Amino acid sequence: MKRNSKDTDASHGRMTRRALFLGGLQLAFAGGLAARMRYLQVDQADEFRLLAEENRINIRLLPPARGQIFDRNGLIIAQNSPSYRITVVPEDAGDVEEVIAKLSNLLPLDPEDLERARTEMRRSPPFLPITLADRIGWEDISKVAVNAPALPGVTPEVGLTRVYPQLGDFAHVVGYVGPVSDYDLSKMEDPEPVLLIPRFQIGKVGFEAKREDVLRGKAGAKRVEVNATGRVMRELDRREGISGADMQLTIDAGLQNYVQARLGRESAAAVVIDCEDGDIRAICSSPSFDPNLFVRGISVADYRMLTEDNYRPLSNKTVQGTYPPGSTFKMITALAALEEGVVGPEETVWCPGYLKVAGRRFHCWKRAGHGHVDLNASLKRSCDVYYYDVAIKTGIDKISAMANKFGLGIKHDLPMSAVAQGITPTKEWKERSYGKDWLVGDTANVSIGQGFMLASPLQLAVMTARIATGRSVTPRLLKTLDGVEQPNGAGEPLGVSENNLRMVRKGMYSVSNDRRGTAYRSRIIGDGMRMAGKTGTSQVRNITAAERAAGVIRNEDLPWERRDHALFVSFAPYDNPKYAVAVVVEHGGGGSKAAAPIARDVMLQALYDGTPPLEAYPKADRSRIKAQQERLERERVKRPLGSRSSRA
Amino acid sequence: MSYLEYHAKSTPSGFRKILYLNWGLLLLLITVSGVGFLMLYSVAGGSFSPWVEPQVKRFALGLGVMFVVAMIPIWFWRNVSVLAYLGSLGLLVAVELFGTVGMGAQRWIDIGFMRLQPSEVTKIALVMLLAAYYDWLPAEKTSRPLWVLLPVALILIPTALVLKQPDLGTSILLMAAGGGVMFLAGVHWAYFAAVIAAGVGLVSAVFQSRGTEWQLLKDYQFRRIDTFLDPSQDPLGAGYHITQSKIALGSGGWSGRGFMQGTQSRLNFLPEKHTDFIFTTLAEEFGFIGGFTLLFIYMLIILFCIASAIATKDRFSSLVILGIAITFFLFFAVNMSMVMGLAPVVGVPLPMVSYGGSAMLVLLGAFGIVQSANIHRPRQSSR
Repeated sequence: MKRNSKDTDASHGRMTRRALFLGGLQLAFAGGLAARMRYLQVDQADEFRLLAEENRINIRLLPPARGQIFDRNGLIIAQNSPSYRITVVPEDAGDVEEVIAKLSNLLPLDPEDLERARTEMRRSPPFLPITLADRIGWEDISKVAVNAPALPGVTPEVGLTRVYPQLGDFAHVVGYVGPVSDYDLSKMEDPEPVLLIPRFQIGKVGFEAKREDVLRGKAGAKRVEVNATGRVMRELDRREGISGADMQLTIDAGLQNYVQARLGRESAAAVVIDCEDGDIRAICSSPSFDPNLFVRGISVADYRMLTEDNYRPLSNKTVQGTYPPGSTFKMITALAALEEGVVGPEETVWCPGYLKVAGRRFHCWKRAGHGHVDLNASLKRSCDVYYYDVAIKTGIDKISAMANKFGLGIKHDLPMSAVAQGITPTKEWKERSYGKDWLVGDTANVSIGQGFMLASPLQLAVMTARIATGRSVTPRLLKTLDGVEQPNGAGEPLGVSENNLRMVRKGMYSVSNDRRGTAYRSRIIGDGMRMAGKTGTSQVRNITAAERAAGVIRNEDLPWERRDHALFVSFAPYDNPKYAVAVVVEHGGGGSKAAAPIARDVMLQALYDGTPPLEAYPKADRSRIKAQQERLERERVKRPLGSRSSRA
Repeated sequence: MSYLEYHAKSTPSGFRKILYLNWGLLLLLITVSGVGFLMLYSVAGGSFSPWVEPQVKRFALGLGVMFVVAMIPIWFWRNVSVLAYLGSLGLLVAVELFGTVGMGAQRWIDIGFMRLQPSEVTKIALVMLLAAYYDWLPAEKTSRPLWVLLPVALILIPTALVLKQPDLGTSILLMAAGGGVMFLAGVHWAYFAAVIAAGVGLVSAVFQSRGTEWQLLKDYQFRRIDTFLDPSQDPLGAGYHITQSKIALGSGGWSGRGFMQGTQSRLNFLPEKHTDFIFTTLAEEFGFIGGFTLLFIYMLIILFCIASAIATKDRFSSLVILGIAITFFLFFAVNMSMVMGLAPVVGVPLPMVSYGGSAMLVLLGAFGIVQSANIHRPRQSSR
């Protein structure tokens, strides 16, 4: 085929035009692309930059270190210790099951934990670490570390956990922490994000719970760069959290430890208060428990053991338990009567063994009666009839008001769980609570600390401190917060006649220093150390007329839970009161026998700031006391007290 | 005897041919490939492996192929175009029978040292055949229906085979490039108007077919269209690619975040960051300036080709150069539209930049033909 050049030129010309046309179209399209590029990259750059940052940056919370708790001398009570756990990164492990099998040869792995780990593995991306074992010992961690080459993907990790080195001594005061539960969260209006960190520990009970606000601290945060699958590539920056505030309690851990040991296996409570400034030096509820069990997550068996114990180890009897104060209340009745002027200090009342009130016989504990009794004798020998008589003359409302003045029926503001208010009954109170009129017999009952009257051991200690000083001594538990001294509780004068107070104190002195006093056997020897006190024995059952006729059954012959509570309150030294002590032994029998010796021992321990010399005890008791001191010393050694350097 | 052969004596011969290479075009191609190496180095996190090293090797091989192709006279390529076309059709059938399934589509044949993507070869073979066809066809018959239907059939056969793989992107490219060559050859406007009208009709038919028994596209293709139209609908699912790609581009800003500082690509938020989405990395790290510069270089390549095509009086040469230029243009235009959210995500790489063997080899081979046309252009006696 032949083509002439004109033909060729014509077709070439058309092709050139069309090529230029297409080229123009392409240029226009490219212009469009450039415009689009400009729109995205220049006009909307800020918006997209922000989106890119959102993609890239994740914020991770850093749990703050919880504030530590110390005793008044700086001994650690609650600290943060490293806790070890073993994690595996499935991606690095290769055959995870094989690694787990190797690991279980080294240390015991909980099958339940493993099952949970396997489910977690199926759900999460393979580069995220999965916890295989938690809260394991240093030894197991070392074994894993040594065998690391054979265990690909396995890493021991360190976190912080709460540890209570004093074990049971502070279980009721400080309480314990535990992981945040769904229930905890449901109670909060707007939970802090830090609470959503898995297994974050918060205070559950006691001081830990009450001062959670300052103990927790503020969470820090770190910004990390993550890739599209969520793997952390690097840390961009971090803002450390603010650790919780350290706290110093007024408690002397040494004394606390002694008191706890002295209470032993009794179901009992003891409180030691500094009369001068209201500092609680020791506050023990017995039996106690190891709070560390709860931090770890208590086993069902352990928990059942605690809840099914008749002696109720979980309840804090010092502030939560309320008891009829029995004869320890007599000082209040006496003061009310003296202040009202219904009886003079020297006036006597005739005690034939009972008093007829509204046609009913109110018995004195001593069937034969005490004969003529004045104030001093009424306290010393704990005559009941004297108090029936003066209380009825004084009236219940006056007595109740006096009790309130001395801290009974008042809810003391302490950072502990379930602080009880107790009951100081009035006519209006009975009307309100029972819808019944007040009877004069009720007054008789209250006058000797029975009937409606209820007080906690803490309140009894406060009452005693106030009697000893005449000031409204207020209990204080927190000494310093973050190094700042908290206001003390020395208190203002109560406005009760010093003369009357002196008479009452004198009566209390006689109780434990007069040969006929109910607590003479629990006296303290040594000038300037003498102790004043008052025994109490409160009934928890009614004694029927028939029983009284046949002879009151002795405590030893009753089942434990129907025996009388034994109480003793005291302060010392008599001339210059330093400490007030209240002891309640649940169902302990007589106050003089069960409670007074404990209170005396505790008082001596406090006064001497350590083991007292045997000379402080009556001669006849010294060999027995020596044996007791040695026994207690041995028992206290088993406790970790003395590990003064923190382990963290 | 054609016009070209008539003047054959005035074309350079022997090593003098090298002097007549289109050096500007060659330089532009090397520059674009260099940009590609740079970006592959960046997305690998500052490493020559796994992408830069094989890419450089392929580029060297491609340059060799280009020189060899360029040295061979252009009339040889015209003469073998039918063979090339039939060969590529054979490969397409072979891939249908023995091909490796990659990314849910049958696209490769493993030929030992590399994976061959026959559809890449087809693009060039089709352009060559159409150019040869219109070189052979007398000009006055160009717009006659019968002579229009024949090239349409030649276009549709490989298109159908590619669509079956399925590779929507390449089949659109084939049709567009083929249509482009026909348009340049001088086929009457009316035909194109008719095809465009029919195309609009077809698109509406495709949408009408959705969910019926005679559904014309696969479900995933419909979903791609959906997410193209509204990426925010499913930002973590199917719309993820487009959304992340736009974020990467946009966050680059005017001058970019700096070489190897692009967080979107470095942290894997970008899908296919070393192949189809490599432009987003460039735009993220070098910003509007970088993206625009690459677009500018691409357009220069197109302009060089158009100038070269107009300069030659040989019909086959002009048509094949322009056809290759259109194919090249379609590559980067579709790819850029896609990553900028202007077109649905169809698997079209960024030419000479994206990681990939077949496309680069075939393109360099094609530019070898452009060079050959340039070298063997009849010149007025140059002495």
